[in-house]
This record gives sequence, structure tokens and C-alpha cells, in this order.
Amino acid sequence: MTALTMPARPKHDAGLRPVPWRRMAWVTWRQHRAALGGVAALLGALAVYLWLTGLQIHHSYATACHPASSIACTINFTGRYATSVNVVRVFLQAVPALIGAFAGAPLLARELETGTFRFAWTQGIGRWRWTLAKLVLLAVVVAAAAGAFSVLFSWYLRPFFAAGYAIPFATDVFDLREVAFAAWTLAAFAIGALAGMLIRRVVPAIAATLTAYAGLALATALYLRQHYMTPLLTSKLNLPGSAWIVSQWYTKGGKFALPARGSQIVNALQHFCSSSRLSPAQCLSQHGYTWWARYQPGSRFWPFQWIEGGWLLALSVLLIAATVWLVRRRAA
Amino acid sequence: MSMNVIEATGLGKRYGSTWALRECTLAIPAGHVAALVGPNGAGKTTLLNLAVGLAEPSAGGVTVLGGLPPGSPAALDGIAFVAQDTPVYKNLSAADMLHLTRNLNRRFDQRYAEARLAELGIPLNRKAGKLSGGQQAQLALTLALARRPRLLVLDEPVAMLDPVARHDFMATVLAAAAAEKGEGELGGVSVVLSSHVLTELERVADYLILLSQGRVQVAGEVDDLLASHRMLTGPAAEADKYAERPVVHVRRGEAQAHLLVRATADDPVPPGWEAHPVGLEELTLAYLREPGAAALPGPGRGRHTQPSEVTQ
Repeated sequence: MTALTMPARPKHDAGLRPVPWRRMAWVTWRQHRAALGGVAALLGALAVYLWLTGLQIHHSYATACHPASSIACTINFTGRYATSVNVVRVFLQAVPALIGAFAGAPLLARELETGTFRFAWTQGIGRWRWTLAKLVLLAVVVAAAAGAFSVLFSWYLRPFFAAGYAIPFATDVFDLREVAFAAWTLAAFAIGALAGMLIRRVVPAIAATLTAYAGLALATALYLRQHYMTPLLTSKLNLPGSAWIVSQWYTKGGKFALPARGSQIVNALQHFCSSSRLSPAQCLSQHGYTWWARYQPGSRFWPFQWIEGGWLLALSVLLIAATVWLVRRRAA
Repeated sequence: MSMNVIEATGLGKRYGSTWALRECTLAIPAGHVAALVGPNGAGKTTLLNLAVGLAEPSAGGVTVLGGLPPGSPAALDGIAFVAQDTPVYKNLSAADMLHLTRNLNRRFDQRYAEARLAELGIPLNRKAGKLSGGQQAQLALTLALARRPRLLVLDEPVAMLDPVARHDFMATVLAAAAAEKGEGELGGVSVVLSSHVLTELERVADYLILLSQGRVQVAGEVDDLLASHRMLTGPAAEADKYAERPVVHVRRGEAQAHLLVRATADDPVPPGWEAHPVGLEELTLAYLREPGAAALPGPGRGRHTQPSEVTQ
């Protein structure tokens, strides 16, 4: 058959003004206010808890801990609150993952699963603008909420740092602090959004988000973070308590002698230091061993926060861009 | 109007190794209520998804509203699509759905939408998920029409509806399409709807495209198609001899045979045979039963077919 003649493109289509971006604010709010409410409720409840217990903790620290190393402090402050701070920091590790799984993953997966994307993506605004506006708005809101929340958590932690119970570089505390916590929440959200687009089903997307987030957080804490800046090398035993010791070992006569962990050092300590009251390093140094450590000084805490925040932000931008690109390309 | 609302050339869509639509070439002129008919799996939904920009072609090309690429801002602006099962956000109220749609489009006729829902007795504060199937379909249609589109695309809009809801839905579509002729304020809506339900089609559609196994089998204005086909009834024994006019389909009874032939009212009827006009459903069924037969607009957009395309 012959196709019918194609008329010239109508003039009024040229110079078509797109639907304004700001209209997406209402759309995003109306469609995701339940998810945002969930995030607000989660962070709000935790904030109230941290605020109430934090007041007690600060009060207890002020009365029991002068000086911070006193036995009274150990008994009345550290002993009393160690369990609760440990529970809190484990629990908070899950918060970004939960936000990613329950605010990020369903964002596109639900539209794809229920078929409503056929409605949403054929409206005048266009599907990539719809996606980009939603993702950016929600990402900014959840990251800002997480950042604000972590300021409170930092205040809650301060007495524990002061009492020497924890250091800011501790693996399970570092990523709960201001910049890093906001960035991890942002990354979790972006992972969730992409997983939702790729998997197209809510429940599997949630599972994938939790898995991917846990893997990334674990790999960062165990392998990546210590390499943000070249560690310093020292053999001085009076390293400040805030330093993060990345690795340590012993030499004897200028040659490697012992690792800092394992059966060799246990044997050496039993042999040389079984009756010593000194620390292992001090005792072994009396027997001709030199203790060496690579460490990140406590002064690098904020640079490390910004480095972690920076690469997580870059990753999140990349994931969101990939999601928008997929929406634009790979439709029904 | 000479514009084609949908124009496809060699259009194909493959999912994995399966072709859902293949070498589809068609042109649907503006100003019609065009019915896209075919059995399940004929590629109707695929064709419509390609036309509204939800899918990308694997082969060939498709343009809409006189040459626009599907999914382009101008195409999105001019086309309103109601997908199969009429998806709406179940947790939003009807009023929220109006507000949402208004925010997502350059034009939205709030007054029309509210009046329409009031007329249908759909409460604005009711959650879309709590509406009946017919009401959800009407809500989706109202949202689409309130965008004041130049083309309304409906994918199996009535498949899930009961007869009353089906009738009401089609009445809304027809009112919108009739308004095009100058009455009312909706002006300029062409409609393309897919359906495997043949009843009521004659009342609704004035242009027919029959899609079979991913290819266009019949295309043309309903009046032209009906005027160019006749049902001949005569002795069964003579059915095979009849070859003066192209025969589309033969249905044999014990004594009599019914032949759907391409013939006008002026064409002579052989002795012993009777000629009757055909209905759209009858005609469509005959072609559906004969996937090899075709009736397509020729170069002059007429009612001729190449005899070679017609099987006996």
C-alpha cells in the first residue's frame, strides 16, 4: 500500500514551551508524601530518643567525668551508657538503607509494577523531566533530613569522645556523622531508584537495594576509607588516642619481626611479657622490638568526611543520571 | 483535514526474539474515530505504545500528528493516551488526579473535567481505587479529554467493562469526537482506539484498521468498506464457480452458501443469487477468518485492491 502524503509540520508545534519544572513540586509531594512522612517519622522518633537520652548522658558526663579518665567516670558514665550508645550506632547504620529501600526503590518500581507509568510517562511534561524532577527533589530532601539528624547524633556522641570511649574515626561512628551520613542516605536513595528502574518490581527492588547498600557500606568501611589519604608512619608509642591506626607491626634490628596480630605475637608476649604490667608495645620495645604503625591522625576527620561525602555525591549523581537515562531510553 | 494522526512505515517491534509487530505500514487520517481491530496478539497494543512513545521501534518508523516523532514534547502535548486497564493512582482521590494531571500538562480544562465527573456521579473526594471499574475508566478518559488533545489514543478501553459502562464510555468518546465538527468546546479530537470487541464498533468507528499477525489487513473508511462489500447468498453447489468478483470469505450451509465479495450495489448479481449489504461486524469477522485477504487503500485512497492480494 502507499502511505498517504505527509503534510508539513504544524507551525504551532514549533517553540512549544515545556511544562514548568516547579509544577513537579506538588506532584512529588502529593505522590510521595507517605514515603516522606515515613522518613520524617523514623528520623523524628530517633531524634526524640537521642535528645532525651542525650540530655541524661550530657548531665551524667558533666557530674561524673572530671577528669574524664577517673574511675567515677568509668563507672557512672561509660559503664552506664556504653550499651545504649552501641545499640544506637548499630541501629543508625540501618537508617540510610531503610530510606533507600522504602523511599528510593518503590519510586519507579511501583509505577512499572502497577502500570501507572503508562499514564505518567505520556503526560505533556515528558518522562525524563518527570523522573529527574522527582529524583532530585526527593534526594535533596532525604539527604538534608539525614544531615540535620546527624548533627543531633554528633551532639549525643560528644561525651563519649570526651571520655575516650569512642573515637570519631571508629568504623561504626564515622559514617553516621554529618557529611557522611547525609551522603550515605543520598547514595542509598539513588541505589534504590536505579534498582527499582532495573528490576521493575517493588519487593525484589527493595531486597536488591538493601543488599547493594550493605555491600558498598561494608567494602567502604573495611577496605576503602583507610586509603583516602596516605597514612602517616610512626614508631613513637605516644600516639594520640584520636588517631586511627590502620596497620601495625614490629621490627627487630631493622627487619620485619612480628605482625601485630596472630599466633606469633601471642607467643612473643607470653614469652617476654607474661608478668609485665606494661602495654604489649612498651614491653616488647624493652626486648629490642620496635613498634611501627601506619595511622590517620584525628585531625584528618573532616577531610575524610568531605572525601567520603564527595565520592558518594558523585556516585549518587551518576546513579540518578543512569536512572533518568534508562527511563528516557528503555520504556515499555 | 489531510493530516495523518498516525503514520507507520515498515514499523516493527521485537521483544527478545519474538516480533510483536512486523512490517506495519499504515496511515490513519485525522478527523476520524478509527478502530484498530484484531485478534489478541495481533500487535494492537504494541502499535499504540510505539505511537505514544512508550516503546521504541526495532525496525521502520512511526510519526504522529502529521510527522512528529512519538514522545517528542509536541507529540506528548497533543496526544492523550488511556492505556489498557486504564491505570490511575489508586491512592489518590479523583480531585487529586485532576490536580496531578493539570500539573503535568500545559493545558488542562479543569471546568470540563469537574463538570464531566459531576455528570457521571463520580465524587471528587473518593479515592480512585475505590471507584468501580467503569468509573475508573471514565476518570481516566476525563483526564485525557481535559488535556484538550488533538489525538486521543485508547488501548482496549472497554475490554474490562460491563455492557452499561462500555456504552457510557463510548458515549463520552463519541461526544468528544462529535464536538470536533464544531459543536462544543473540545474541538479537534481525532480518536484511535484498539479493541477486540466488535459489538458497538459500527456505532462508534468511522474508520477501520484490521491488524492481523502484526500486519495491516484492512484499512479504510467504514462507509467505503461497507459500500464496497456485499454478501451473496445462493446454492452451495455453485459457490466455487462464482469468480466474477473477488471473494473474501465463503461460509457454507447445507443448501446455501454465503459469500462475502468485493462488490458495490450496482454490480450485477448472478441468477439464483441474492445480494445483501453487510454490517461492519460481519465484514470484520470475514476478514479475521481469512488472514490472507486484504482491503487496503490504493494510491488514490480508494476502495480498490490489487486482485492478487485477495484469496479465494
